[in-house]
Amino acid sequence: MKKVGIPQGLFYYYYYPLWEAFFRFLGLVVVRSSPTNKKIVDDGVTLAVDEACFPIKVYYGHVNELKGKGVDYIFLPRLVSIEPKSYICPKFMGLPDMIRAGIKDLPEVIDITVDLSRGDKGWQKELARLGKILNVNYRQIKKAYNYALEEYFSYRMIARQGYTRDEAIKVWQGEEISLPLDTPLHIGVLGHGYSLYDDFISMSVIKKLRGMGVKVYLSEHLPTEGIEKEASTLPKRVFWTLGRKMVGSALYMDKSPDIDGIIYVACFGCGPDSLIGEVIERKVKKPFMLLTLDEHTGEGGIITRLEAFCDMLARRKKRDEGYLPCYG
Amino acid sequence: MKVTYPAMGNTGIAIKALLKGLKLEVVPPPPITRNTIALGVKYAPEFACMPLKINVGNFIEALDRGADTIVMAGGWGPCRFGYYAQVEREILRDLGYDFKMVILEAPDFKLSELFSQLRALAENVSFIEAVRAVKFAWHKLRTVEIVERKREYFLPRVKDKEEAEKLYTRCLEALDRANNKEEVDKAWPEYMAELERLERHDEEILKIGLLGEIYTVLEPASNYNIVSHLGRLNVEVTRNIYASSWVNDHLLGGMLLKSDHKHIIKCAYPYLKYWVGGHGQESVGSAVDFARKGYDGVIQIGPLTCMPEIVAQSILHEVKAREGIPCMTLYFDEHAADAGIATRLEAFVDMLKRQKQRERKMVKERII
Repeated sequence: MKKVGIPQGLFYYYYYPLWEAFFRFLGLVVVRSSPTNKKIVDDGVTLAVDEACFPIKVYYGHVNELKGKGVDYIFLPRLVSIEPKSYICPKFMGLPDMIRAGIKDLPEVIDITVDLSRGDKGWQKELARLGKILNVNYRQIKKAYNYALEEYFSYRMIARQGYTRDEAIKVWQGEEISLPLDTPLHIGVLGHGYSLYDDFISMSVIKKLRGMGVKVYLSEHLPTEGIEKEASTLPKRVFWTLGRKMVGSALYMDKSPDIDGIIYVACFGCGPDSLIGEVIERKVKKPFMLLTLDEHTGEGGIITRLEAFCDMLARRKKRDEGYLPCYG
Repeated sequence: MKVTYPAMGNTGIAIKALLKGLKLEVVPPPPITRNTIALGVKYAPEFACMPLKINVGNFIEALDRGADTIVMAGGWGPCRFGYYAQVEREILRDLGYDFKMVILEAPDFKLSELFSQLRALAENVSFIEAVRAVKFAWHKLRTVEIVERKREYFLPRVKDKEEAEKLYTRCLEALDRANNKEEVDKAWPEYMAELERLERHDEEILKIGLLGEIYTVLEPASNYNIVSHLGRLNVEVTRNIYASSWVNDHLLGGMLLKSDHKHIIKCAYPYLKYWVGGHGQESVGSAVDFARKGYDGVIQIGPLTCMPEIVAQSILHEVKAREGIPCMTLYFDEHAADAGIATRLEAFVDMLKRQKQRERKMVKERII
């Protein structure tokens, strides 16, 4: 049986169930790189150019690890656009070419282009091309794709229940993870999934917050229509898919009364974040904190800032509850 | 209505002519100084790219001088530039400025749409006058570029670099003052003739291709005047981007000028198979093109964190190895310093010179 390697980085957190189910249906074995660790990060930082953002560097490290795992194919999709008239980020559009230039002697690369910005047609063609690479006929590919979509939707339902995306992938694979209990402090956490749910990149921000007795709200837990409606209040539509979701989520969280504050986890050097973060910061009225991360970030600094933010929110809450004006 | 616009190198001369032709009162952005950049850095988002910061500085200075309308271009991604105008408007509004912002953009950026947006800006101008204004601006732009190319050619070759730069600046000023086509055509030849008459030296001239992000390539204040730096090191610089070719390729679909855009994309294809926004693919393609035309080296420039240029930079390693051309990447932000840039450029040029001498020696030995 042939083996396909999938790097555990970038859009892994969004689409792994889809990809895994697809290749499994076609009788291939899926091999993942290990969860991000020190060695992967070090390799990635060495292989990528200095100016690339942290998640891209980490991705180089994951591909490099897979190279040594004896896989027949390596799956590096070119994600241009996953919905009409929106893009992900220029770096995703050039990713397979960047990796090829940066890492030599790769196994055969599956670099299908996902571009749904102008409809479905090109995508059908790419699926056919994928069939040629894997030597499978088009009908099989279609069947596998439909099966994978079903699996993907069930994974999305799991993610919506209050899990993070990495937990949802584990639940989808059959692990049992209990949902965190409700606690008095509620914080909305925003960020690109590939930095937020990667415990190494985000320094487990979400787990740390939960450890501090905080219930974390993520954009996956909010109703999609609500996010889109808030996002459409901006004078110009945001043309980055993830950026638009974040603006929408932030504005939605700003309005929903049971969220006390918002934390935005950005990566140093992220282009969309630099502008979207600014737009959000100017629009949101609730307490807001921007955490910028890269490979030099120290864990102690993150903990201090999270604690300070939580303390501030708790104090505020106590004051608001205990404060009754004397005139009734 | 007093209109201002963002500075972008010498294209300002043409934009000013266009807006004046539309019978608008123009408040040109004052020349970019340290203060302009400091203003931008202070109010723009910390991690935004350099052009946005300079834009913000430009606008603040122009608004302080009485402008009340800003003309800005837009776009639909994936490069950040498409969202510039939105963020800039928020920043300036929050600072308490009262102004109107006209953003020239359309879902598909077509010339006809551009015309109608320009018409909306200039209400009391007839269609013929608008066309005339566009034509005159185009003529000025083309003339400015003739002058720029002459400077790129002669600066490395003449002995008195200061005099050459002086002539170049004076020539641009004369072009800026010209009010009609005849004045434009009369303004520049005498300066350039004087430039050609300057005494030449007989040292070796290196040829370097300059490529990268359009704003950084066109605006000397954002690239620490790299063309002048290199010219003084006896290096002839060829840019891959001229404003007129950008207008021709992206707004006119290659209607007016012979375009090598397709050729450049074809050159990029083996290395970068997809458009990545901005000028990423063009940068890779031009590097390949410069290598095949026998240039001695390539310098890629862009603002720090520029997304399309990072993609190109990641791939230039490969171009360097396979096409055999030395490449250097320089990113600029508000922290770059003149001396640091000069040192790196000198080192790069020295390396190219040594390499050239070595190659020549090898050829000689083979002949003997």
